Amino acid sequence: MSGHMNLTLKVWRQKNTQAPGKFVTYKAENISPDMSFLEMLDVVNESLTRKNEEPIYFDHDCREGICGSCSLYINGHPHGPKKAITTCQLHMRTFSDGETITIEPWRSAAFPIVKDLATDRSAFDRIQQAGGYVSVNTGGVPDANVMPIPKVIADEAFNSATCIGCGACVAACKNASAMLFTSAKITQLGLLPQGQPERYSRVQAMVAQMDAEGFGNCTNTGACEAECPKEITLNNIAFMNNDFFSAKLFREEHAHDHSGGE
Amino acid sequence: MSLDAKIPQGPLAEKWSKHKFNLKLVNPSNKRKYDVIVVGTGLAGASAAASLAELGYNVKSFCFQDSPRRAHSIAAQGGINAAKNYQNDGDSVYRLFYDTIKGGDYRAREGNVYRLAEVSVNIIDQCVAQGVPFAREYGGLLDNRSFGGSQVSRTFYARGQTGQQLLLGAYSALNRQIHLGKVKMYTRTEMLDVVVVDGHAKGIVTRNLKTGEIETHAGHAVLLATGGYGNVFYLSTNAIGSNVTAAWRAHKRGAYFANPCYTQIHPTCIPVTGDHQSKLTLMSESLRNDGRVWAPKTVETAQKLQKKEITASQVKEEDRDYFLERKYPSFGNLVPRDVASRNAKEMSDEGKGVGTTGLAVYLDFAEAIQRLGEDTVRAKYGNLFDMYLQITDENPYKQPMRIYPAVHYTMGGLWVDYNLSTNVPGLYAMGECNFSDHGANRLGASALMQGLSDGYFVIPYTLGDYLATIGPKKVDTNHPAFEQTKQDVIAYNNKLLALKGNKTVVEYHRELGHIMWEYCGMARTEEGLTKAKGLIKELKADFWKNAIVTGENDEVNAALERAGRVADFIELGELMVTDALNRRESCGGHFRLESQTEEGEALRDDDNFAFVSAWEFTGENQEEVLHKEELIFENVKLTQRSYK
Repeated sequence: MSGHMNLTLKVWRQKNTQAPGKFVTYKAENISPDMSFLEMLDVVNESLTRKNEEPIYFDHDCREGICGSCSLYINGHPHGPKKAITTCQLHMRTFSDGETITIEPWRSAAFPIVKDLATDRSAFDRIQQAGGYVSVNTGGVPDANVMPIPKVIADEAFNSATCIGCGACVAACKNASAMLFTSAKITQLGLLPQGQPERYSRVQAMVAQMDAEGFGNCTNTGACEAECPKEITLNNIAFMNNDFFSAKLFREEHAHDHSGGE
Repeated sequence: MSLDAKIPQGPLAEKWSKHKFNLKLVNPSNKRKYDVIVVGTGLAGASAAASLAELGYNVKSFCFQDSPRRAHSIAAQGGINAAKNYQNDGDSVYRLFYDTIKGGDYRAREGNVYRLAEVSVNIIDQCVAQGVPFAREYGGLLDNRSFGGSQVSRTFYARGQTGQQLLLGAYSALNRQIHLGKVKMYTRTEMLDVVVVDGHAKGIVTRNLKTGEIETHAGHAVLLATGGYGNVFYLSTNAIGSNVTAAWRAHKRGAYFANPCYTQIHPTCIPVTGDHQSKLTLMSESLRNDGRVWAPKTVETAQKLQKKEITASQVKEEDRDYFLERKYPSFGNLVPRDVASRNAKEMSDEGKGVGTTGLAVYLDFAEAIQRLGEDTVRAKYGNLFDMYLQITDENPYKQPMRIYPAVHYTMGGLWVDYNLSTNVPGLYAMGECNFSDHGANRLGASALMQGLSDGYFVIPYTLGDYLATIGPKKVDTNHPAFEQTKQDVIAYNNKLLALKGNKTVVEYHRELGHIMWEYCGMARTEEGLTKAKGLIKELKADFWKNAIVTGENDEVNAALERAGRVADFIELGELMVTDALNRRESCGGHFRLESQTEEGEALRDDDNFAFVSAWEFTGENQEEVLHKEELIFENVKLTQRSYK
């Protein structure tokens, strides 16, 4: 374990969605390598508070890599330089004494900046609301073991279901595409028997909402997969495309429409 | 006010079905005339909001996070219990009921707990129907594992991310209702008060965390599903944002707060490294299925380990004390959490702790890796091992984990009757924010069960009874109580914003945490608690004089949010200490050093303390008034808990 570090931070500050933003330089002093990245920012914020200056705003909550709240584009990488972790799991031992660290929010037209480093990711919720579910009401469902599901299928569905909705895939993509995020839910439910009845209407509804939110298209660069903290794979996008084309060619009549009520 | 828990009469196994029949119904075409407010979108809140909307009620759902999917239920790791008996290993509804009552050290209600065990089986069916990808066996059927405090395998799981998968299931049901227009979702919106009109809860006051706007919302009923208060200890496994504010403000409007001193200290967390730490990370209880807990037999060996003169693997088998296996041969490493935590603390107190601080014991997987192979261990616990590696920079496949107890869950909460109603009509509490099902100690994998039980299968029935009674007449938002409560909130926030002292809110929070951990943590005494009470009073006075709250109301202001939450934690802290002082017995997670058996186990005093403490707020800086709800046991015999 090395000693404590002194760092220079270049942080994006922006008062609100409308205001112009800019980089502001801060010193982060006496930082322990055992601190997480967010704890390092806590230290900076405590010293700003003591000077009665406004602390740096960023989204965070569970601080164990599962809630998907934290974001941060650190030195050009969503969630920083290490693979398969979120910013809250990034520890300062990854950096060296004297280093300059650039910290930005996610950059995407579909994710407007709320303040400083926090963005509005409600577009992701709206994509899920368009069809990311199995339409069953509470009660009246069959026994859980009535329908066996092959372990490999269940495991694959689980892998897709581990998406935390953080938005790193969008931030990493030069097209700001949300296809990795959208396809993860489509694949999870598309693989499972429970998801079959609405499989083709779901993919159409979710893709339509994704497009309506202003996300770009996939050009197979693979940056999303490389930066995803949960290692969601490009196979999900392939699965979604396959279902989407099938739906468009043969199953148009199943278009997802809840306007008539259920 | 008398405390009537409204437990239905009759045999245990018939109480809930009889009660369901006796509850009034709202006819389908009338349901759309009712508005229901649900605060919180964790397992209890999301499942309740979705289920009530499916029935036809108009639901308004609130969360302070940027999305309902971020609620802290998402972080639950290990699993969810259900009495399915898929393993043919002797499980039953009655056994789950019995294990839970015993695990809670006989301080929970029989009626509630039996209902919980009864509906547990429906929860699994519901989640599977939603597409929750639980772990499965090669034959395609659901897999189970064991958890503490039971000798059957009844825990359903999705690797180490069960909470995530269950919450995303409930979130998907919620999303469907948002899409259908039956739920209106308010994100980044924090509830700051309850509006009480003529003794009934009729709405809430919220702050829009993006604009600062203080708004009122009306409804025929208000349902709180706002989680636990573990962050009163500053360091806990809770999310940074988890707070008591909604429940506490409801308490100050008349809702009784029950058993606040019952907190759960989880035995297997990653030890504290320094003052910079903002939270603690849990290592799931499921690890105790295969991990063996030990400490060195002698203080000398422990000291060598602390100074890093030797490593854990250099400690010979005969120099290790597998203390849980030694003291509790029939449950071994799978004793309940309170027992495991106290034993780890005891080892450290005796100087046999490991790690640089000496405040840790080992959780060792060497034997499991040898028996099952590294790949199998990785498949079962991979994400937990990865988390451990990220935080500690140590590889748990190669050396044992260091673990130490940390605050994890709070069994206390708002007092509710069998219908989940607080003593304020129209105000309900579900999930961790109520007190009702876990007694003085919660068993592993039972929190997810209770949250979903309350939301999917209890409140949709019990709420209808209340709504049918009050009728669909629109809530009158012109009633002065709405404007008055809003003005109260604005005045309180302005008071906070006027604090321009010299100490940050985080410093106050940390200080409160130190007091709580030291005097109201794993071991409590009359003397320590009395001292803590004084310290908290001083801290409160100091906070309102010297805290710094930056910024303004009309903007995103994390400092203001935190200040309000910490102010409430300070007040709650004092009540916890009062409750712990009052309860002169040990039970479950509440361990009074003055009350222990010869073997150092928690010693209850059933003659004097077989009751629920429900505290009534009587005014700022005044002592709260205690109401007692007697606990009546008709089915289980109260005995000294034994896991030997």
